[in-house]
Amino acid sequence: MKLNVKGLEFGYTSMPVLADVCLELAPSEMLGIVGPNGAGKSTLIRCINRILNPQSGRILLDENDIKNMDGIELAKKMGYIPQTASQIFPTTVFDAILMGRRPHIGWRSGEEDHEKVLDVLELLDIEDLAMRDIKELSGGQQQRVFIARALAQEPDVLLLDEPTSNLDIRHQLEVMEIITDLVAKDGISAIMAIHDLNLASKYTDRVLIMKEGKIFDAGSPSGVLTPENIRSVYGVEAEVIHRVDSNGGRPYIVPIRPLTE
Amino acid sequence: MRIYNRGEMNATEVGTKRAEITAQYKEFIGRKIIFILSCITAICIIAAISATLGSYPITVTEVYHIIVHSPFQNIDISHPITVTELYHTIVHNSFQDFINTNEEYVVWKLRLPRIVMGILAGIGLAVAGTAMQGILRNPLVSPTTIGIAAGAHLGAAIAFILGAGFTSGKLILMGNAFLFALIPAFVIFGLARFKRATPEMMILAGIAMTFIFSSVSSLLHYFSDPDMLKGLVVWKMGNLGNATWGDLFTVSLVLAVCIPLLIWKSWDLNTMGAGDEIAKSLGVNVKRTRIFVMMTASLLTAVVICFTGMITFVGLVAPHICRIIIGGDTRFLIPASGLFGAVFLLFSDTVARTIVAPVIIPVGIVTSCVGGPLFLYLIIRKRREYW
Ligand SMILES: Nc1ncnc2c1ncn2[C@@H]1O[C@H](COP(=O)(O)OP(=O)(O)OP(=O)(O)O)[C@@H](O)[C@H]1O
Ligand SMILES: [Mg+2]
Repeated sequence: MKLNVKGLEFGYTSMPVLADVCLELAPSEMLGIVGPNGAGKSTLIRCINRILNPQSGRILLDENDIKNMDGIELAKKMGYIPQTASQIFPTTVFDAILMGRRPHIGWRSGEEDHEKVLDVLELLDIEDLAMRDIKELSGGQQQRVFIARALAQEPDVLLLDEPTSNLDIRHQLEVMEIITDLVAKDGISAIMAIHDLNLASKYTDRVLIMKEGKIFDAGSPSGVLTPENIRSVYGVEAEVIHRVDSNGGRPYIVPIRPLTE
Repeated sequence: MRIYNRGEMNATEVGTKRAEITAQYKEFIGRKIIFILSCITAICIIAAISATLGSYPITVTEVYHIIVHSPFQNIDISHPITVTELYHTIVHNSFQDFINTNEEYVVWKLRLPRIVMGILAGIGLAVAGTAMQGILRNPLVSPTTIGIAAGAHLGAAIAFILGAGFTSGKLILMGNAFLFALIPAFVIFGLARFKRATPEMMILAGIAMTFIFSSVSSLLHYFSDPDMLKGLVVWKMGNLGNATWGDLFTVSLVLAVCIPLLIWKSWDLNTMGAGDEIAKSLGVNVKRTRIFVMMTASLLTAVVICFTGMITFVGLVAPHICRIIIGGDTRFLIPASGLFGAVFLLFSDTVARTIVAPVIIPVGIVTSCVGGPLFLYLIIRKRREYW
């Protein structure tokens, strides 16, 4: 499914947070969004998923404006994993993931839905947690449950807001591989806000750098993740290493020190 | 479904794990259903015992015989019957030529209406509390604690004093109670929406509104004539004794409409428990669901309060205890909590009737004695950090 964002403007108050954001996402493409805290990454993702309503601009899914889509219809096409989540009442992991099936089912959940929950439980290596209360899990375990929920939703476009922020290095790599795998094999596309520039470099097809609500630069990881860009966006001196190895020539970013003006 | 392969486990290992989880999940659902069935059993037992208690001695078997010979047998169901016809049959016709003995009179006119009203009111208040907690994402919320019960009570009292009367103007009474119940509902809503109220803030606002409504209704007491006064005061304390079969009919009708609507919304309530953003991303129209559920729950509360007066804390106690036992899945929580509310209220009423017999104390006093301490406990000890 093709996603097209045109001239997006948004502000929580009268202060604009996003200004003239445009992007395109092809099927089977993984787009990384990087940028400093408060740059508007989460806001952009929320607008794309219609959690927030932009003041102007259009968001098209295969030429259909999402503004005119029914909630369930949109939920079948787009899945969202928030940066933080706030479960209030106790829920088992199984039921939390089953919620992801909501756009597809009526009141009763069927065998088929349970099978899908079992599939994603296995995929994310959280089978042993299935009957635990989600509020009693560690941050990283919870994060894997949220990812599982979005996968159970079977969307065409996945929106991920820092899905690896709480994960240990093994699970960071595993989750990224699961997502790149889905993107490569199933024609799913993904937009991922991410702080780890090395993960962005290793796994995304294209990187978009945001600064103060605007797109600062966009392109291939090696073209965009340059010492100059990192300096002007983050104010950080960094070394970027290009090595010919199994990483396919993608750059390694080694931060050195924050710059004082 | 896509086939994933993590590569570490062999096929049989994966198979047993899946079977294990499925079995555990089924067992978990089974446990919820058993809880629901136990509540139903408990209702039947308490009702049977309760029907024998009182100054006129009647045994369980006698009660059983009297109930089996129901006046409802007179209702002709051989042809389709409209709701109004049914109502008239129940209220006006069937009892007249039926009640012959004192026992029959006591059971059919005094004890059963009270018991059935206890069941219905318990269900209504507990379901309303569960639904409100779900949409406001706050386990301290209930009709009592956010002022909806007090609002409904004042609305009904005003209509009553202005002459609607307990017998003639029930519809006006209920309408006005509903109208006044909506005031705190929307104040709390506004707070949650525009001030990003913390759970404690909602409760404080609710208590403030309860104070206001309650002093206005005291003012009404102050100016009302002595005849009305006693009725108003008893009614304020919450009392099941005035129920007639007509009332029961009306309340059941409202319950039969509202509760299925809320159960139908239970998936949406589940997703909202995971956060508004998650709910929206799963296709739930959060704002509309909130308003719809709040109105439905307020209506339930208002109608129950009209007939029983201020019965407090049922809507807080029931969802809490049920959530501890069967978990938070609203699909099961709504029916379970409704039935548990009925058990709780019926039991409280039985206590209220017997504790200082032959004097019957208002049931609201008993529920407050149980609910108040629980509420305090919840505030002091944030169980599992719900909020
Ligand atoms: N609910 C809100 N109300 C008002 N302002 C907000 C709200 N959420 C975010 N903002 C503001 O909007 C701007 C962009 O925030 P956003 O959450 O999109 O940043 P981000 O790029 O995701 O940052 P981070 O890397 O910290 O997650 C910030 O200046 C923030 O203060
Ligand atoms: Mg963010």
